[in-house]
Amino acid sequence: MIAEIVHPGLLLIGGGFALSFLRGRARALVALALPAAAIGLVLAAPEGVLWRGSWLGLEIAPYAVDRLSRLFALIFAIMAFGGTLFALGQVSRLELPAAFVYGGAAIGAALAGDLATLFIFWELMAVGSTLVIWSAGTSPAYRASLRYLSIHLLGGALLFAGIAGHYADTGSVAFARMTLDSAAHWMILAGFLLNAGAPPLSAWLPDAYPEASWSGTVFLSAFTTKTAVYVLLRGFPGTELLVWVGLFMVFYGIVYALLENDMRRILAYSIVNQVGFMVAGIGIGTQLALNGAAAHAFTHIIYKALLLMSAGAVLHATGRRKCSELGGLFRTMPFTTFCGSIGALAISSFPLTSGFVSKSMISQAAAELHLLPVWLLLAAASAGVFLHAGIKFPWFVFFQKDSGLRPAEPPLGMRLAMGLFAALCIGLGVFFEPLYALLPFPVEYRPYTGWHVVLQLELLLFSGLAFFVLLPLLRRTLTITLDTDWFYRYLAPVLVGGVETLARMARSAARDMTGGTAARLFALLRRLHGADGVLARTWSTGGMALWVALMLAAYLLLYYL
Amino acid sequence: MSDHWLARPATIRLLWCAFLAVLALTVAAEFAVEREAHFSVEGVFAFGAWYGFLACAALILAAKAMGAWLKRQDRYYEEPDDDR
Repeated sequence: MIAEIVHPGLLLIGGGFALSFLRGRARALVALALPAAAIGLVLAAPEGVLWRGSWLGLEIAPYAVDRLSRLFALIFAIMAFGGTLFALGQVSRLELPAAFVYGGAAIGAALAGDLATLFIFWELMAVGSTLVIWSAGTSPAYRASLRYLSIHLLGGALLFAGIAGHYADTGSVAFARMTLDSAAHWMILAGFLLNAGAPPLSAWLPDAYPEASWSGTVFLSAFTTKTAVYVLLRGFPGTELLVWVGLFMVFYGIVYALLENDMRRILAYSIVNQVGFMVAGIGIGTQLALNGAAAHAFTHIIYKALLLMSAGAVLHATGRRKCSELGGLFRTMPFTTFCGSIGALAISSFPLTSGFVSKSMISQAAAELHLLPVWLLLAAASAGVFLHAGIKFPWFVFFQKDSGLRPAEPPLGMRLAMGLFAALCIGLGVFFEPLYALLPFPVEYRPYTGWHVVLQLELLLFSGLAFFVLLPLLRRTLTITLDTDWFYRYLAPVLVGGVETLARMARSAARDMTGGTAARLFALLRRLHGADGVLARTWSTGGMALWVALMLAAYLLLYYL
Repeated sequence: MSDHWLARPATIRLLWCAFLAVLALTVAAEFAVEREAHFSVEGVFAFGAWYGFLACAALILAAKAMGAWLKRQDRYYEEPDDDR
């Protein structure tokens, strides 16, 4: 069986290197064929440990498939295909190969049966994604990529320390469920949560992702955070702490997105918000909740990519990214407006869209455990999602005032990618059984009961009413909102600058006090040892011979005495 | 020059009327479906409607309050050589 021999993640990574040698039509064909082949391989791979081996004395399983890992590998491969279709017109020749390494590493992480393999793909993802940001080619993107990389290397170091501690404790690197019973497991959890965009270092995500190119952000939105969701699902299901971390992320995302002016930063904050729902579901930990978290990751990748594609199409056509400079684009970009609105409805979990069949499982799980505060907060957050992503994004970009811009629709490849993902958003919302059949646990949940639909419609539509009633409070301003990155982008440089100034002052004060003595000492040294100093200048051979003779004579004299 | 039909004031007024009618219909639909509330508060009449509205109003006001404290000019972090 070819599916047992060829690893879909390594196929994409190798393909990424091959892509850098190709041009034109051949490049486009190979670029689309590779993720399509990866989708086929993931679907054909049988369950079980397909590769195993021994490396540095560790028993490793670099290619292991079960229901959970197949679900994530599949959606990563689908995302690589859709993202590639969207990015075919990208002029940067670095971005697509980097995105293939990035996506392939994400698939590799999902199919890793042990922590050592996981760590290697984890770090490869950091490298690939940094290169994707880098390939935007602007100086803000370059600086953002360095900040991004620093944070992820920190996360990688935490994860590595945790894995090493876990191995020292247990003698095994098998990736199985863990509990928070040792410092090593806490460090592994911290490394996972850092990539999920959890507090306190969540700011890396809205800082870096929107600096990538119009197509780069589409790739970035999918892999890093959802790989983190996958490893949390496998490593820490039912950890209560995650419920509260998730709920914090949900509301953090909403509030910051409400304040934001840059359209892609709105969507970046909304990634944190959506991952918060998944993390909360993992924390609830019942089979229904874990199914919900996994399903929500699957549907989220599609509608978030669709939203960022529509934003990317606007950026590609207008070169603008601030809501205060956009608006009224529905006149000349009706298809992009339509697809962006489908994505907005799906992220808001409107009935008949993919978000509804996945997110409602998490709320239902909270209700079945009678966790009233959790359920109430999730319901408020559902309304808030419609507010910040469902209406705010399409309203300020495509409708509101007429900005006077009349951009044309994007090229065919971009339209096809948006059309494909919009069709998936609706398709998964209507025909949800195939998705439910892929989930890690058997599903008995029925999303479309009259009560679920009416309650959700009430929540969403009245949240829409709140948006339009309170619209004056949401007027866009040319501002950003300080986040935790302030500590390393502003405070730390100021502190370092302050220390430097202090050191300079101390040095000059010391020079003033000891000035006279030190200056005389240096003058003497220069006179003796300087370029023309007595002890440094070149001596004549005769002089040397005389001195040697004198010293030998002195030696003889001393010897006889 | 007349604007796009979707941007005309008459259309917008019509859309508002339609929106309010849909809101009323959604609340009325509660009587038509089988109730399966897990919590007593969920069973209160039009729970989704008033809870959704109040939650959003609270979120907007919270964001506004936070913005007053944490908002900065959007060139706050930018450096002179930036070429965006």
